[in-house]
Amino acid sequence: MTQAQANPATTVTARNVEVFYGDTQAIKGIDLDVHTNEVLSFIGPSGCGKSTFLRCLNRMNDTIAGCRVTGSIELDGKDIYHPSVDEVLLRARVGMVFQKPNPFPKSIYDNIAYGPKLHGLVERKPELDDIVESSLRRAGLWEEVKDRLHAPGTGLSGGQQQRLCIARTIAVSPEVILMDEPCSALDPIATGIIEELIHDLKEKFTIVIVTHNMQQAARVSDRTAFFHLGDLVEVSPTDELFTNPKNKRTEDYITGRYG
Amino acid sequence: MDNSKMGKHISSQFDVELKGVRNSVLSMGGEVEKQLADAIRAIKESDHELADKVLSNDRKINAFELDIDNACTQLIAKRQPTASDLRQVIATFKTIADLERIGDETKRIAGVAKETFSSEQQHLLASLENLGQLVLNMLRMVLNAFARMDAEEALEVHQSDQGIDRQYEAMLRQLMTYMMEDPRSIPKIMDVVFSARSLERIGDRCQNIAEYVIYNVHGKDVRHTSVETMQDTVRKPRA
Repeated sequence: MTQAQANPATTVTARNVEVFYGDTQAIKGIDLDVHTNEVLSFIGPSGCGKSTFLRCLNRMNDTIAGCRVTGSIELDGKDIYHPSVDEVLLRARVGMVFQKPNPFPKSIYDNIAYGPKLHGLVERKPELDDIVESSLRRAGLWEEVKDRLHAPGTGLSGGQQQRLCIARTIAVSPEVILMDEPCSALDPIATGIIEELIHDLKEKFTIVIVTHNMQQAARVSDRTAFFHLGDLVEVSPTDELFTNPKNKRTEDYITGRYG
Repeated sequence: MDNSKMGKHISSQFDVELKGVRNSVLSMGGEVEKQLADAIRAIKESDHELADKVLSNDRKINAFELDIDNACTQLIAKRQPTASDLRQVIATFKTIADLERIGDETKRIAGVAKETFSSEQQHLLASLENLGQLVLNMLRMVLNAFARMDAEEALEVHQSDQGIDRQYEAMLRQLMTYMMEDPRSIPKIMDVVFSARSLERIGDRCQNIAEYVIYNVHGKDVRHTSVETMQDTVRKPRA
């Protein structure tokens, strides 16, 4: 590790995290810190546990029947699995963007306004207008939709819908944004725009992104974690992992070789 | 990590392409080695015909450089190589640039072989041939190290350059003495000095190639580092 990374501030601390689906163990004893304002990407073959681990970070696994999570995950030093934690509030602090854009069947305006209203973040319409505008601006969508804020969100293109979902996520001022293959349903241009956006968002947010596109991990992330068969094999600065990985399994995966 | 011991890619065409590039570098190296050997022999035997052949053969080496450059560019564009594959492509780019420059230096040496030296000046050529053999040996070793991606051998080659530098300096001192004794011989002796300089530069370029081999194998750029750092890099076991 270089000097600069010696003591970074940590937003999420995971220790000995294991996840079981019924009797099947999906991830094994994972220790991982997510540094504040970094982009951390998770790569690995299908079924390696990267999405499962991502979903642990905002307790999305709670919604899956038969799924059991052990170990500890702390957000700013507080255990997110503690019984007193309200998972709805947690998911506002740790937002999520999914593979397929999933705007609500409402207007563009209401897609953004929904979260702040639900969480009582605003009292008056002008404040809400401000949040809608600033969220759309930060997601790089404002110029494209400012004249049709009351048109349905589902009428936008795929790439625009995904940026709408990102705007919706950041409208409630989360600390962490989880992205589960956010570009896999998008064309290269829309993907490029989202990647540019990720770069801008990292100033304010901590971002964890799961991607099947290794070049994308190489382009957007500060650090990359490689998962394989439920193990966290290696987590290294992205610059090192793609030129000189420490582990043979990482090397075999990123160079496209048989194990 | 020896590249030849790595598993195969899921895309067999990628393996074919990488192997093709590697084989081309080895062929280019073989060609450069032959050119240098011929240039040295042309000097030793005052063989003007052979010197002409060396001069015209340089085109082949240039063509190799263009071909391999193009193949590497295609590899990057189509395969986006990573890790050891990426390092192999980068090391190849750099190695062939140095091989091409070794070809150019060899041409200069062949140019001197076309000069006519009097019987009293023959001994000047003898010391040039000695230096030439040392350099030729170094070139052979570094090409072997590249072929096997053997960092230990590359380190050995890198250190053998000291012997060449010493020989070169001794030769310069000797040539300066001759120049002082017989100023009329200065133009001829300068030709010999330039050839010796070319040989010494080839030694430096072999050192560069040795550094690329170490980079390829260990993923660490050892250019402009101390001997100790280089030794630590090569001897440190990889995870």
